[in-house]
Amino acid sequence: MSAHDNAAQDGHSHTSAGKYVQIAVILFALTALEVLLYEVSYGELSHAAGGLTAALEPWFVEILLILSAMKFWFVAMFYMHLKQDIKPLSWVFGFSLVIASVVIVAMIILFAYTRGLFWADVPW
Amino acid sequence: MSSTLAHDDAHAAHHTSLPVDNRKLAIWTFIGSECLFFATLISTYLIYKDTHAKGPGPKDIFEVPLVTAGTAVLLFSSFFVVMALNGAQEGNRKKLLGWLGATIMCGLFFLGMQVYEFNHFYHLGLGYTTNLFGTSFYTLTGFHGTHVAIGTLWLMTVFKDALKGRMPPAKALNLELAALYWHFVDVVWIIIFPVVYLMSLRS
Amino acid sequence: MTTTTLDQAHPAKRSTLVEWLTTVDHKKIGILYGASAFIFFLLGGIEALIIRTQLMGPNGTLVSPEFYNQLFTMHGTTMIFLGVMPLSAMFFNFFIPLLIGARDVAFPRLNAMSLWVFLLGGLFMNASFLLNAAPNGGWFGYAPLSSRQYSPGLNMDFWVIGLQILGIASLAAGVNFFTTILNMRARGMTLMRMPMFVWSTLITQVLVLLSFPIITVALIMLMVDRTFGASFFSVGGGGDPLLWQHLFWLFGHPEVYILILPAFGIVSEILPVFSRKPLFGYSAMVFSMAFIAFLGFGVWSHHMFATGMGPLADTFFSLATMLIAVPTGVKIFNWIGTTWGGSLQLRTPMLFALGFIAMFIIGGLSGVMHSVAPADLQQTDTYFVVAHFHYVLFGGSIFALTAGAYYWWPKMFGTMLSESIGKVHFWLMLAGFNLTFFPMHFAGLLGMPRRIYAYPAGLGFEVYNMMATAGAFLLAISILVFMYNMWVSARRGEPAPADPWGGATLEWSIPSPPQEWNFTDEPIVTDRDDLWAQKRAAGVRTLPEPALSDGKGIHLPGPSWWPLIVAIGILIFFIGFMVPHTYAFPFGPITIAGFLLTTVGIFKWAYEPPDANATHH
Repeated sequence: MSAHDNAAQDGHSHTSAGKYVQIAVILFALTALEVLLYEVSYGELSHAAGGLTAALEPWFVEILLILSAMKFWFVAMFYMHLKQDIKPLSWVFGFSLVIASVVIVAMIILFAYTRGLFWADVPW
Repeated sequence: MSSTLAHDDAHAAHHTSLPVDNRKLAIWTFIGSECLFFATLISTYLIYKDTHAKGPGPKDIFEVPLVTAGTAVLLFSSFFVVMALNGAQEGNRKKLLGWLGATIMCGLFFLGMQVYEFNHFYHLGLGYTTNLFGTSFYTLTGFHGTHVAIGTLWLMTVFKDALKGRMPPAKALNLELAALYWHFVDVVWIIIFPVVYLMSLRS
Repeated sequence: MTTTTLDQAHPAKRSTLVEWLTTVDHKKIGILYGASAFIFFLLGGIEALIIRTQLMGPNGTLVSPEFYNQLFTMHGTTMIFLGVMPLSAMFFNFFIPLLIGARDVAFPRLNAMSLWVFLLGGLFMNASFLLNAAPNGGWFGYAPLSSRQYSPGLNMDFWVIGLQILGIASLAAGVNFFTTILNMRARGMTLMRMPMFVWSTLITQVLVLLSFPIITVALIMLMVDRTFGASFFSVGGGGDPLLWQHLFWLFGHPEVYILILPAFGIVSEILPVFSRKPLFGYSAMVFSMAFIAFLGFGVWSHHMFATGMGPLADTFFSLATMLIAVPTGVKIFNWIGTTWGGSLQLRTPMLFALGFIAMFIIGGLSGVMHSVAPADLQQTDTYFVVAHFHYVLFGGSIFALTAGAYYWWPKMFGTMLSESIGKVHFWLMLAGFNLTFFPMHFAGLLGMPRRIYAYPAGLGFEVYNMMATAGAFLLAISILVFMYNMWVSARRGEPAPADPWGGATLEWSIPSPPQEWNFTDEPIVTDRDDLWAQKRAAGVRTLPEPALSDGKGIHLPGPSWWPLIVAIGILIFFIGFMVPHTYAFPFGPITIAGFLLTTVGIFKWAYEPPDANATHH
């Protein structure tokens, strides 16, 4: 293994501890937002925060998915070093995630459809 | 193939086509495969989460504080293990052992929380086969817990190596592989926490 | 490595048995895969012959209905998981490192573990015959038929646990070959210079990696239903049997591409060599194969039109299925384009490859017929479907694998197979195959259902069944001819030169059979058909015979017992789930023993010094 290969393989060793701390703070903030969103929409705070509840509650699932996707992205990019590592690793993970999402979404749609939860009134 | 390399170059066996170690590529491949494992379990849970004619449903038993604590512990551990990796790469044994030990504690704490949670739910009337919500919930989170246990065991062996002074910076990859797996287990929980717990609690 | 002492350089000679049990050499592992898969293939063939004899005439009485169920279930399961997949794995193992110019796979010991897990899993599943409890619920084990209520015996436990074990072998091999192909290529071999068989293997492994976890989870859920009385798939407890079908086919459809893509690769290697011109449309071949694999994840429900999914779902999956015909058509066009205007040499491998194209087109056409949901409702569960999938799996995969066997045999064993016997083999197999399976189209359209142990007289099925049975025995004779050919080759076969066919790829640049280290000098690749480019540059038709080397200074991984021990541990672990559970704790002592053995094995393996028993030359 040449010195060049070594440098390329260990390129991420220069990630500073400070960067890791930053990411940790962001992750905790996002988690706190998730819990807060739940409490405002349905939990302890849903009675106190009337207007906010009315504004957020219809978008609960969407906002929650966006928040957790952001957490996912931060961990994968910085803690798992996908940002610095060679691109093929991102393709391997990304393609698997695409197929995994297809499976989840397709199963939800198919079962909702066969149980008549939506598209049941399509005329044909 | 017009020219050839000297075949007594012992290092030639380590030539790789991509600038990445075989083992790192392999663990990523395995993680990709695991995505489908959890996708299937999560799909099953989502299909069955409202199937609880008998026994309690999600709203009867889930408690946000407890699971938030577990989530926080896993997030902490992800942070700890990258700090340990940092120590390993710098050759700072003390830093490596300290952060890695903290990571392992987090793993054990999470497992303890899960045992407590399962036991608690069982006493609230949700056995493994009480209803399909319960079966799919226990199967999904149980397999996640199994992954946490395997990850903890793996980190422990790295810890043991580090204790015996067998983790020089050149071997930091040994920890990085375990860390990648550990982070993956964490991101799965990042999905499970909102999708399985918070969304099932909607009124 | 540099500190090798003379003692290490010449380790004590091991007995042949120990050598094969502890081998990590990809070539030996490939041969073991091939040998075991061929035996399983013969077993599956014997099951097929019993089935055909039973169905020869109306009201057959050769076997009981119960045993008939076991036969067709084991025939399908064996041919798919223990026949075609490991026969492909034989070629992956032996030839992927040779084709990419590597000395071994990325993880030689993991490779050995895959082999042993596969072999033990296959033996485990077939051991069920000894207890008269072979799986009897069909190769796709539809729940709730496969649940405890309707399959109370051990039969389906053997199936569930056997498949679970085999899945581990496939997943480990998937990680291994994906890594090997991406990371172990010779210098200069860019992705778009890889031989087509390497591409097909890479894409196959992607399918394995992304589809096997799905069946793993489905099998776990079925096992939980059977063992712990859960109701994932039973309506009584609120479960939905459709979930099993969806999960099974989410795996099952990629699985059929796992069976056929290696065949595509083999044929794409053989056609250019025997047409004396490069593969037509290389990049179109690569992208169509990748596109087929991708679409393969979006068409699974075409196996389920008869479940009444509703018009929207039916339409979607119909259209997606029809779309697959496009990249497949591109491939067939390109194979024909490869032969077009070439100077064809009709040697045995080429005959089988051409036979593959013709038979696969027929199977592909009846496949497109199934994609039309209303038509499929008439064809589902009839012999028309049986005809279709045998045209793609036998006419497709097995023809191509046989072509590969004739093509690569000289490289594997250093002797030629007989051309004249090979031609007899080909024509017998082609005739027997078509006589067996073509009439099934008609029987199916007349309404003969699959999986029946007997049919009454007077429905018009008799003549087609008689033809199919005669054809099946003709097929069996052709396999005997093949075995005779192998025997002749082993006994007094003509020694094979390094490059008997005028090949284009790296494996033909080294001696037949290859030396343990494959390449004495690591190759540097400059061209897509690199060996042809070398010959052109040298202005010769055949390169001089490569000299044998003493391999001095080449470092190879040493043999290891741990892969076999871990495989045994995994087998014991899973057998534990067969035992009736009378414990409050769900894991019995056998499971725990297996778990411990596996764990200890993995630790010993991980800490085995890399140079322990290493062979230095």
